[in-house]
Amino acid sequence: MTATTSAASSFINIGERTNVTGSAKFRKLIEAGDYQAALAIARSQVENGAQILDVNMDEGLLDSEKAMVTFLNLIAGEPDIARVPIMIDSSKWSVIEAGLKCVQGKPIVNSISMKEGEETFLDHARKVLRYGAAVVVMAFDEQGQADTVERKVAICERAYELLTRKVGFPPEDIIFDPNIFAVATGIEEHNNYGLAFIEATRQIKARLPYAHVSGGVSNLSFSFRGNEGVRQAMHSVFLYHAIAAGLDMAIVNAGQITIYDDIEPELRELCEDVILNRRPDATDRLLEAAGRYKGETSKTKEKDLAWRDAPVAERLKHALVHGINDYIEVDAEAARREAGKPIEVIEGPLMAGMNVVGDLFGAGKMFLPQVVKSARVMKQAVAYLQPFLEAEKRASGLDALPAAGKVVMATVKGDVHDIGKNIVGVVLQCNNYEVIDLGVMVPAQKILETARKEKADIIGLSGLITPSLDEMCHVAAEMEREGFSVPLLIGGATTSRVHTAVKINPNYVRGQTIYVTDASRAVGVVSSLMSETDRGAYVDSVKAEYVKIREAYVRGETKKTRLSLQAARENKYKIDWSAYAPPKPSFLGSRAFKSYKLTELVPYIDWTPLFQTWELSGKYPRILEDNVVGAEAKKLFADAQAMLKRLIAEKWLTANAVIGFWPANADGDDIRLFTDEARGVPFATLHTLRQQMARDNKRDRANTALADFVAPKASGLADYVGAFAVTAGIGEAEALAKHIDKSDDYGRIMLKALADRLAEAFAERMHERVRREFWGYAADERLSNEQLIAEEYRGIRPAPGYPAQPDHTEKATIFRLLDAKAKAGITLTESFAMWPGAAVSGLYFSHPESHYFGVGKVELDQVEDYAARKGWSVEEAERWLGPVLNYDPKMARTEAA
Amino acid sequence: MTRQDRIAALKAAAAERILIIDGAMGTMIQRLKLEEAGYRGTRFADHGRPVKGNNDLLVLTQPKAIADIHTSYLDAGADIVCTNTFNAQRISLADYGMEDLAYEMNLAAAQLARKAADAVTAKTPEQPRIVAGAMGPTNRTASISPDVNNPGFRNITFDELVTAYCEQARGLIEGGADVLLIETIFDTLNAKAAGFAALKAFDELGVELPLMISGTITDRSGRTLSGQTPEAFYFSMRHLKPFALGLNCALGAELMRPYIAEIAAVAECLVIAYPNAGLPNAMGEYDEGPCEMAGHIEPWVREGLLNIVGGCCGSTPEHIAEIREHVEKYPPRKVPKIERRMRLAGLEPFVHG
Repeated sequence: MTATTSAASSFINIGERTNVTGSAKFRKLIEAGDYQAALAIARSQVENGAQILDVNMDEGLLDSEKAMVTFLNLIAGEPDIARVPIMIDSSKWSVIEAGLKCVQGKPIVNSISMKEGEETFLDHARKVLRYGAAVVVMAFDEQGQADTVERKVAICERAYELLTRKVGFPPEDIIFDPNIFAVATGIEEHNNYGLAFIEATRQIKARLPYAHVSGGVSNLSFSFRGNEGVRQAMHSVFLYHAIAAGLDMAIVNAGQITIYDDIEPELRELCEDVILNRRPDATDRLLEAAGRYKGETSKTKEKDLAWRDAPVAERLKHALVHGINDYIEVDAEAARREAGKPIEVIEGPLMAGMNVVGDLFGAGKMFLPQVVKSARVMKQAVAYLQPFLEAEKRASGLDALPAAGKVVMATVKGDVHDIGKNIVGVVLQCNNYEVIDLGVMVPAQKILETARKEKADIIGLSGLITPSLDEMCHVAAEMEREGFSVPLLIGGATTSRVHTAVKINPNYVRGQTIYVTDASRAVGVVSSLMSETDRGAYVDSVKAEYVKIREAYVRGETKKTRLSLQAARENKYKIDWSAYAPPKPSFLGSRAFKSYKLTELVPYIDWTPLFQTWELSGKYPRILEDNVVGAEAKKLFADAQAMLKRLIAEKWLTANAVIGFWPANADGDDIRLFTDEARGVPFATLHTLRQQMARDNKRDRANTALADFVAPKASGLADYVGAFAVTAGIGEAEALAKHIDKSDDYGRIMLKALADRLAEAFAERMHERVRREFWGYAADERLSNEQLIAEEYRGIRPAPGYPAQPDHTEKATIFRLLDAKAKAGITLTESFAMWPGAAVSGLYFSHPESHYFGVGKVELDQVEDYAARKGWSVEEAERWLGPVLNYDPKMARTEAA
Repeated sequence: MTRQDRIAALKAAAAERILIIDGAMGTMIQRLKLEEAGYRGTRFADHGRPVKGNNDLLVLTQPKAIADIHTSYLDAGADIVCTNTFNAQRISLADYGMEDLAYEMNLAAAQLARKAADAVTAKTPEQPRIVAGAMGPTNRTASISPDVNNPGFRNITFDELVTAYCEQARGLIEGGADVLLIETIFDTLNAKAAGFAALKAFDELGVELPLMISGTITDRSGRTLSGQTPEAFYFSMRHLKPFALGLNCALGAELMRPYIAEIAAVAECLVIAYPNAGLPNAMGEYDEGPCEMAGHIEPWVREGLLNIVGGCCGSTPEHIAEIREHVEKYPPRKVPKIERRMRLAGLEPFVHG
């Protein structure tokens, strides 16, 4: 700072470059209407340490009121600037009042005075108080500006009395400006102006409790215009002494203050002679020496531009995150040259930067105005790239580039909240999407009509209150009914991913419904949806995610209305058995596959879960190219491949399987298995659980149990059920001990993860062979690994302990049927976990309508029924079904008692 | 009892104990499961636009239902009930084409609450019940531009806000409100306009009611929607000399605590908090039970952070009764003696000296 006294530590630095009377540069920008550049000046002031920003638009040719309002409103959108209080600076009350109506914080008004008498002064002061501002009072009365110590102090005392007694103005919010006038003008009576200010400051601070003193410093050195060196030295010297006398703040260029101790000693002394009026020839001496000090006497504080040295992708990210648009076009150009196509700049580094913004926003490290600003920078970059995009399109013979896409948005009927929606609109527009905003309380019909008329690419719904959730379901259902297929985006405070996946999405099967967490995510979502290359993969990933969410939700659904078991059975999944001929497996009983060839399993590996093991989220293979985790994912994948190769070559692991088929018929919720086609006395029973969730409308499905997929005895059909148990984990413990160092956690986890992947791949491969060879009902099936992962085949292989059959104990039946211990070396623990851990077991169902589902929570009536069927006590059943009980067993017991 | 008597009683009670303000109105209205026709009543049967969701209209079309909600909160022990006027100013009402009903709705709402409060006060005169005239944030923001290409643009001005709020305040005061509550503030400039309007209404009607001011911290960033920190928010509203200032909505008690603590440390007035009953679950329902919510709040009062407490979204009379039971044994927060300093604010606070 300028001085080293203790008072200096609390001296307030006011930024004054955003003042048209003090800065020609700023004035020209405002006159030219270049508010972007004007904002850059404000930002640089704050970055250079201004704690309060002085804004002054008093220029004869300007519409000062309008300029003040425009500039303050713009500042409100710049959190880097708006974080500091504003000083609304004008000699015109109308300009001050206009400014006060634009500032949400507590600003300072600069200034009011008694120049027009007490009445006006009191009126203005009362209003300042009501608008919630502190106030600068000029030492100015009906007689004019005070120039002597006595007048300065007297006027300030009088104003203080009026303000505190008549207006009730808090004294701590009063700041006096006892007028800094030019010294060293050659006019003798001006020589004491500097000292008079300093002395008045001392007296005001001593006599008027809690009040503060401020001043406009640049006046002081007016006579040295053009000699920045001397002016800066004079300002520093003046501030040094005034601050010591109690000056609280001053209007001074925060970026250009010489440090008092750094001033050349001769110059410093000459300045002090002038300011403190220490000798009659002080002015002449300073004038004489001035020529030698014409240059800069201080180093302007530089903005930290180190980020400019980073690679272009990093620079773009920095600019987006910090909302800096100064270099965005230069950087966009550099990135364009680096990239093959301009679109890659947008989809690559720019989107990556926006994703970082989204992450920071999500983590509470950025807040909304900053995000909006980032979006504006993004827009500028896109605008710059636009001509290149168009040129490319033309070159490839396509028409001129239209808007990136058209989005119809609305707050749904019954809801009037639209702030979030407006922000999303803003952010999307920033990114060159055409946004048609229908406003609030928009009925479904109007949304759909508009979307159709405008040929919208995407529809966005917003809502804040809870009933809007239902309305969104309604809109989705209407879209389905009217044959829409465009993506439907959902956002707003009460909406959620789970609600979207569980409640809204199922209403709209033709198109995809997507939940958008917040405004910062909207661009990413929309651009993925509009990109021909990304859309498919993106929609698939959302679909897959929503299926998982639905399943998890069904599992976790608690205390929801349940149907009685009887009612659920009445609404069972109904298969038309009359027109069905069940396929017969190629063999009955079980068959073992020992030491299965691992190389055959490798193509069946679903790699995505491997990345999840290491908390890298993304789908294989796209994750390898992911901007955030791609590099890590690639490394991990290479390590996995290397170990996989080794473990196969060196035979670390052995894979065994056993599968079997039996004649079977459903009997209620159970499936009876028979040893032969005579189907006499069942030799085993598979028990299944039935969904009991209340289905509140017809569109919802049945209350399904696995037994529904097997022909009942009454159908007269000879149906079959299969079972399997596979492992790829035989030898895992030995391999760990032999090949991997104890301290190598990475290697240990990797091996286990690979064994798991191989076991899953084995289950997939065996299921394929079952469909094509052993059961043979899909001999011609030819599916890619992606299709296998997406379960696009006929028949299912549900595993006990998973949503379709949450009862782990059913594994015991399967293992007994298969003799899995003897034939495949897999055993069950007392809690029905499989050993080795890298194992999968389950049932095979062949009916084309058989599908995966979640049983969800079950009621006491089913538990009692299930217990009776399993030969358990109800308590035993409750123990094994604990996670899916829809009631608290203890409570149920107490109520019964 | 005159309004002056009630205000005096309010101030006296606040010095002695923690006061209870009511819980959610919207949650209780939602329970009524009213359809379009229920909102319209007979008077607005032919109104040209849908009005379902216009909760404030119910003071005209379902006065008994609203009065019953007030009574249920009073019976639960609330000292202060808020009028059903969250959106009852002409800016928000314009969405329903009902801007010209603003004054009438506020008048009727205050009268309803007044009657309900007086009926309970008559039974327990030692605990006078107070009516707070609720003034919500409106559906527009004076500090944020809705138009990206024009960040300097605003779709509402300070003066428009003052006009709308002043009309609302007049209705509330004339209907019998004892205090005015500027609540759920997400843009401080809107709230400053509301305060400005309230003082204007006081001037016009020759009265002076205590002002309660409650901001909303939207998320864990710890800022209002318009970007202010809680302390900056307090500094920006301090000139209104609030009777109480604090936070409501958006957060449950658990997450609101640090921000209330921040305000409690600097506020030279009473501190008020009425959080949501937790955060909405994935289905948009608030499922923090009365005990749980009260359990989150109790440590605050043990630490002396609060003077007035109640509930926002998702809270019910059961929540209020439970909160009351949990807090009544603790003394109210002592208003600290804060050193006189110039306290300014941008988005962040600035203290000089």
